[in-house]
Amino acid sequence: MDRTIVATMTALLLTGAFVATGSAQQPQQPEQQEQFLPIEELPPQDQLPAAPLLVTAYAFVALALFGYVLSVARRLAVVQRELERLESDVKGSRRT
Amino acid sequence: MPKWFMPAAATCGLMFAASPFLIANAPYESTMGLVQKIFYYHMPSAGMFLIAAVVCGVASVRYLFGGDPRQDRLAWAAAELTVLFGALALVTGPLWARKAWGVWWQWDVRLTSSLMGWMVAVAYLLLRRYGGPGSDKLAAGLALFGMANVPFIYISVNYWRTIHPTTTVVPTLPVSMGVPFWFCFAAFLLLFVLLLRLRVRLEEQRARVDALYLSLDQ
Repeated sequence: MDRTIVATMTALLLTGAFVATGSAQQPQQPEQQEQFLPIEELPPQDQLPAAPLLVTAYAFVALALFGYVLSVARRLAVVQRELERLESDVKGSRRT
Repeated sequence: MPKWFMPAAATCGLMFAASPFLIANAPYESTMGLVQKIFYYHMPSAGMFLIAAVVCGVASVRYLFGGDPRQDRLAWAAAELTVLFGALALVTGPLWARKAWGVWWQWDVRLTSSLMGWMVAVAYLLLRRYGGPGSDKLAAGLALFGMANVPFIYISVNYWRTIHPTTTVVPTLPVSMGVPFWFCFAAFLLLFVLLLRLRVRLEEQRARVDALYLSLDQ
């Protein structure tokens, strides 16, 4: 599992660096925002391009958190089994 | 596990189940529209990333100067959560930036320093995994650099020219955006505490296994 985590982290890092290198050539940048102002209706042209990004972001968070909880639970189960086996071995060695 | 763990886990699950409804009902931001809603998970993830780095750093200091193995276990657990929540922030951020800024990534000070902080946490885990004997002290020293980076990450947007929103965004949120945001932040904070306890428990059990192996050898 540790190797999978390391491989995932390395892949994320390399992807980020690759994308950043490509994006550095775009000259125009919007100005820095100091506050968020709500509006009543979303302009229609904004809806479609943003939706896949939004869904991807929330799906990634959900999957990453779920995967991490599963990973910790699996590791705990493995250690718990080993602990029980060792405790019975120790008890057995004390009897003999 | 402590008695509070299961009720807290149930509460956390309910909060995460309710959060999409609050986020969906929050108003659209005037310039970014729909994509700004990534903010409700992005910013709490980034917040937990920084909190985890501080917990890891403080526990490492206490381990270095006190030698308490419980602090070492806490630091290791917090380092793993730094990588987890840092990855969430570093992935959701570019997805938001692609629409809001027109680019996936900018080498500005907030993004770069966050990436550096995340890489320090990754280095901590690699050191613990492959460093061999003595890597606990080396990793604790490394964690201090990770913690020292945290205030730099936080204030960077106020001191340097960057297109990342400043720290004034959260305090000035209108109620309609503030309620879902703080609700999500509380859910992430509770999740962080639960995961930290669970991960520390794993290290405690591993320490018991090591102690039993030693007792069998003797």
